[in-house]
Amino acid sequence: MNKAYDKSTQVVCKALDIDLAELNDWNCCGASAYMSIHEMKAHLLSARNLVLAEKEKKDLVVVCPACLTTLTKTNHYLAEESRFKRTIETSLKAANLQYRGSVKVRHLLEVIVNEVGEQEVKARIKRKLSGLKVAPYYGCQLTRPFGEIDDKEFPVILDRLLTWIGAEPVDFPLKTKCCGGLLMMTNEDVALGLNRNILDCAKQKEAECIVTICPLCHMNIETYQGDVNKMFGTDFKIPALYFTQLMGLAFGFSRKELGIDDEMISSRPLLEKHLEVIG
Amino acid sequence: MYQESVERSPHALGDVFLHDVYGIPGGDKIKECIQCGTCSASCPTSYAMDYTPREMIAAFRAGMLDKVLKSNTIWLCSSCYSCTVRCPSGIKLTDIMYELKRLAIEFGLTPKGAKAPVVAKLFVDIVNEKGRVAEVPLVSRFMLKTNPLGAFKMIPRAAKMYKRGRMPMTSHKIKGIAELEKCAGAMTEPMISGLHPGSAKEERS
Repeated sequence: MNKAYDKSTQVVCKALDIDLAELNDWNCCGASAYMSIHEMKAHLLSARNLVLAEKEKKDLVVVCPACLTTLTKTNHYLAEESRFKRTIETSLKAANLQYRGSVKVRHLLEVIVNEVGEQEVKARIKRKLSGLKVAPYYGCQLTRPFGEIDDKEFPVILDRLLTWIGAEPVDFPLKTKCCGGLLMMTNEDVALGLNRNILDCAKQKEAECIVTICPLCHMNIETYQGDVNKMFGTDFKIPALYFTQLMGLAFGFSRKELGIDDEMISSRPLLEKHLEVIG
Repeated sequence: MYQESVERSPHALGDVFLHDVYGIPGGDKIKECIQCGTCSASCPTSYAMDYTPREMIAAFRAGMLDKVLKSNTIWLCSSCYSCTVRCPSGIKLTDIMYELKRLAIEFGLTPKGAKAPVVAKLFVDIVNEKGRVAEVPLVSRFMLKTNPLGAFKMIPRAAKMYKRGRMPMTSHKIKGIAELEKCAGAMTEPMISGLHPGSAKEERS
């Protein structure tokens, strides 16, 4: 995973007393690619992760919305679809594995907002992000297709968290519009167009940076901004930060501890303007 | 024989498709499509598709599924699930797209030069081999297959990202890879895609 997201997740969780332990020997969830080749084997990948988490008597917390949707889908089908369950159970049995269905799959954002809560988050704030206008970008799979966390198209969960740490989320109509995901590799023209729309909306709403909760969205919006500019003759220069990085800043961590200088578009001028002390 | 019948008649291909879609939980909703076009209007990439999602279902009903499979449509789906959550009939269009992708690959009907099936196959190869996927092995194998010269164009970005610790170089191999293989080998589902008698894969083996 992206080092910056990893680092900032670790320090923020530690500060919030969330006891994170990497799932031992986890495997890839298969994402959308594996599902495009083999349906049941794709579900088997998720099932193994669920089995491993159950063995450790833990819930699965992820920071990637694609992992969230993939694992949740398998978990639901295992609970609700008997034929599906039989197929997966039979195949797990071949390696003496068994799943009883006790694991919950959650995104870290939701854990922080619903479990840790406003008071605890606010109690750890050491620096003001006052007046920092941010575009809260959720992308697709945090809320779709299941909508268990928030509204499928106009969620506010990230907006709320950003308010708690003193930032100003702008009204952002494209908050759940797709960044293209893996299409950036395979159909670059189409994906660049989608990112142009998102960047354009952020600019129109006068957001100074975009906050993401997904490593792939972050990659497309941030790393490919130069390509968007080249293709459309635009001049976007909007930094993108992970929600955990912004939280970490508010909690008083240094830029280095949060991997903040890893971006292609520097957020330094922006943060210097809004934060009293910088790292 | 199966292969022949599929080749002779797109309807037979439609039967395979319908059988599989009905096997997806909630998949039978496909018969309730009212052709309203909400899916196409919600899709961020439909403007670039040969057949929009609505047309895709219409084409299937008209016995033209082979044309859909050969088109760019299914490979432009980014799995954003906008169509799925808005469909007034509750049709799981994203899951149907996955099924179509599987069929297109299985029956060798992917459009010439399409890169998305190449990525999907490489991704699966790496997962099967290692259990995890890192960016560099995936992207480099992909570039070699699709656009070796284009790889040079990517070097500046790759270098910048590497310097910033944003380019994991190798895929870690998990310990449980044999365990996963064992489970996959014991899969009993008779007609999941990837296993249809007469498919391209079946013929090769």
